[in-house]
Amino acid sequence: MPGVMTEHFTDRASWFEAEAERLLPDLYGAALRLARNDADAQDLVADAVGNAWTHLASLQDRASFRGWVFRILHNCFVSRCRSLRAQATEEPYDEEGADGFSLFERLHQPFLLWWGSNPEQEFLDKLFREDLERAVDALPDSFREVVILADLQGFSYREIADVLGIPIGTVRSRLARGRSLLQRALWQHAVDAGLRSAGESDEAKGG
Amino acid sequence: MMEGTEGTMRCEDALRLLAAYLDGELDRNEHFDVERHLEACRTCYSRAEFHRLLHSRLAGLGRREPDAEFGARLAGLVRHFTRGAEPKPHSE
Repeated sequence: MPGVMTEHFTDRASWFEAEAERLLPDLYGAALRLARNDADAQDLVADAVGNAWTHLASLQDRASFRGWVFRILHNCFVSRCRSLRAQATEEPYDEEGADGFSLFERLHQPFLLWWGSNPEQEFLDKLFREDLERAVDALPDSFREVVILADLQGFSYREIADVLGIPIGTVRSRLARGRSLLQRALWQHAVDAGLRSAGESDEAKGG
Repeated sequence: MMEGTEGTMRCEDALRLLAAYLDGELDRNEHFDVERHLEACRTCYSRAEFHRLLHSRLAGLGRREPDAEFGARLAGLVRHFTRGAEPKPHSE
């Protein structure tokens, strides 16, 4: 509605509309894994975009818009978690022995390299998108967030630290733990689906 | 030390740095040192390739195009915001 807005305001609104549209698939992709269901993911994205517009004046540098909006998405997620947890407690999770779990170690068979066989790659080729989604969704919130930002969204450690408001060392340790848990979940899925043998399964549970 | 890796870092050091290497978080010297090791060590190279592939599969989850209904709802919401009211002045 030109005439009602100043030219400056119209430019800002157009810029915001274009940037929000460009970022939407990334925000929605991240929100789906944060919220773990479509309805809540859509609400999260809508909240984040609304808050981003409302607080646009606090954006220091337009070049950092993406990280800034993801920080808002994170804040919206935390707020929602708080209100949800007032109604129900989060499922407990077992971190015991999760550190250092390596899917590669489970799969790698050095002698096969000489025959051109690659069981690690074959394993990943057999995974469907939903297998990976389920493994990400199974991560506890604090680990899931860093895995989403690093591996799904490609943010640097520094950017993740800024988005989540945590020290960079914490980003590193959560990412290592989160990736370890993710690999364990993928392995367990492969065992449950019969892609790997029961003997290997026992070894994995022990490791 | 794997055969053929003499003159490069040890496998355990490469393993310790591998995630940061693949994430592009090492400084130039460390990055170069890991790279040299990977060129010489078949097992560490296979490990790095595995993690590259896993990472690329995960990166595929990062973007989701909204369906027509959600896309239209959000576009309407954004227009409602941007054409309805000025953002708040910065209060910090």
